[in-house]
Amino acid sequence: MNAVSRGKADERRLGWYLCAPAALVMLLVTGWPIIYSVLLSLQRYDLRFPDKRSWIGFANYGTVLTSGFWWNSVWVTVLITVVSVVIELVLGMAIAIVMYRTIWGRGFVRTVVLIPYGIVTVAAAYGWFYAWTPGTGWLANLLPSGNAPLTEHWPAIFIIIIAEIWKTTPFMALLLMAGLALVPEDTLSAASMDGATAWQRFRLVTVPLMKPAIVSALLFRMLDAFRIFDNIYILTNGANNTSSVSIIAYHNLIGGLNLGIGSTMSVLIFIIVALIAFVFVKGLGASAPGGTR
Amino acid sequence: MGRNVRWSIINVVVILYALIPVVWIASLSFKDPSSITDGSFIPNKWTWSNYSGIFKNDDFVRGLINSIGIGVISTVIAILIGMMAAYAVARLEFPGKNLVLGVSLLISMFPQISLVTPLFQIERSLGLFDTWLGLIIPYITFALPLTIFTLSNFFREIPWDLEKAAKMDGATSAQAFRMVIAPLATPGVVTTAILAFIVCWNDFLFSISLTSTTRARTAPATISFFTGSSQFEDPTGSIAAAAVVITIPIVLFVLFFQRRIVSGLTSGAVKG
Repeated sequence: MNAVSRGKADERRLGWYLCAPAALVMLLVTGWPIIYSVLLSLQRYDLRFPDKRSWIGFANYGTVLTSGFWWNSVWVTVLITVVSVVIELVLGMAIAIVMYRTIWGRGFVRTVVLIPYGIVTVAAAYGWFYAWTPGTGWLANLLPSGNAPLTEHWPAIFIIIIAEIWKTTPFMALLLMAGLALVPEDTLSAASMDGATAWQRFRLVTVPLMKPAIVSALLFRMLDAFRIFDNIYILTNGANNTSSVSIIAYHNLIGGLNLGIGSTMSVLIFIIVALIAFVFVKGLGASAPGGTR
Repeated sequence: MGRNVRWSIINVVVILYALIPVVWIASLSFKDPSSITDGSFIPNKWTWSNYSGIFKNDDFVRGLINSIGIGVISTVIAILIGMMAAYAVARLEFPGKNLVLGVSLLISMFPQISLVTPLFQIERSLGLFDTWLGLIIPYITFALPLTIFTLSNFFREIPWDLEKAAKMDGATSAQAFRMVIAPLATPGVVTTAILAFIVCWNDFLFSISLTSTTRARTAPATISFFTGSSQFEDPTGSIAAAAVVITIPIVLFVLFFQRRIVSGLTSGAVKG
């Protein structure tokens, strides 16, 4: 009895020791900056005028929340997130089924699909940028001449969404493929014998059984899409009202050197992301990929 | 239409989807400066000059060295401390285990931009701004969640009883680890290291925000500074060639480790 509980205490202590370095790094590198950025957000702090630094309460929040640029970037981010994630879900499901079911070349198809997943976003974004640059680009040349899609609001948003979808659908497809593997073949063939068509089998058997995988893939991609930065930075750098929240916060920091406003935006973005995660976890019972329940 | 033909067509569609944008950027990188604005999908005049040009550019070479160095160091450290945590999560019972997983989960979804503003200021006051360490620290942090999840899933699948069996057959603990457990764990560790390296290699936001010179700026950020610089009258070919160069490691990983990368990425998702 005594030996058992001592063994347990040892196991506990070993568990804590082994987790301590990782937990410390993660908490220090994210926890302290978050607290610090809340503090910065309550100050007037512009690096161009460091003498004027002072505590100003929630004035920065007032400034940001009444700014048309901020709300436009929120709207652009939400639009890009929702449209790209919905399309990725459909396209990702199709690709997942192909990777899972195709009768030849399965390994090759999976290998090729991993390339967009792994490619550096900036590299891919330059590919899209030049493809849509008039004169240089093979896609721009398909348009009537005189069109420069990246310099107009809606065409630019459209191209940003395409770039985002192309790059991240494979990841969605991989997560969904893991869900497909959960559907027992017996159930599918039983449904088939009962006369269910392929579409009915998919809708009534496969989708309900892989719902956890779908919800966690959606949550993960939503939060990932909401952070969109690289693609927009390369494609438009926020011109013509195509800034996402990450882009506008970046410009306030690096371009504007305004730590107060930049931090306020950081805190607001963090709150929005936390809200999305909360809604998913509470409302849909999501657990992110890798989560154990 | 036979099943074979139908699946062949579907396969080709998926392959074209994945490859056309990659082939386009590669094609652009092989175009001669005189034909770079002709807009054709396949180069009309081929050249290697874009590649020889970027490797003569000190900034780009420096960026590559930074990318490789920072990426490798971050990956090694993340794997070391992530492996300890993953072992504990997979093998031991202790209170706070779910907290470790929960924190990792939060960080994997954390908006990086929310860290950039405070880190910019903190690193400037600590003298870490524009240094390798200044990038290694956030890279480790964002590689850790993936490392812990993926490795603990791999560790759960190792038949640990073999260790006991080896000891009963007379092996010492060290021998049992070296000859039984280490070989079983290596594939999972290698896979996780590749995934963690891809995370670091891909970063752009931290690299442009937390550096101001070529001292620590990684390759993706360096490329974004090619625009309009005096060395390059028209940066298109150089940017395309540089984009291809930083894509090559990814293509190699994917070619050699496809099966493992897929199992690493999907192992966690299955449990839903």
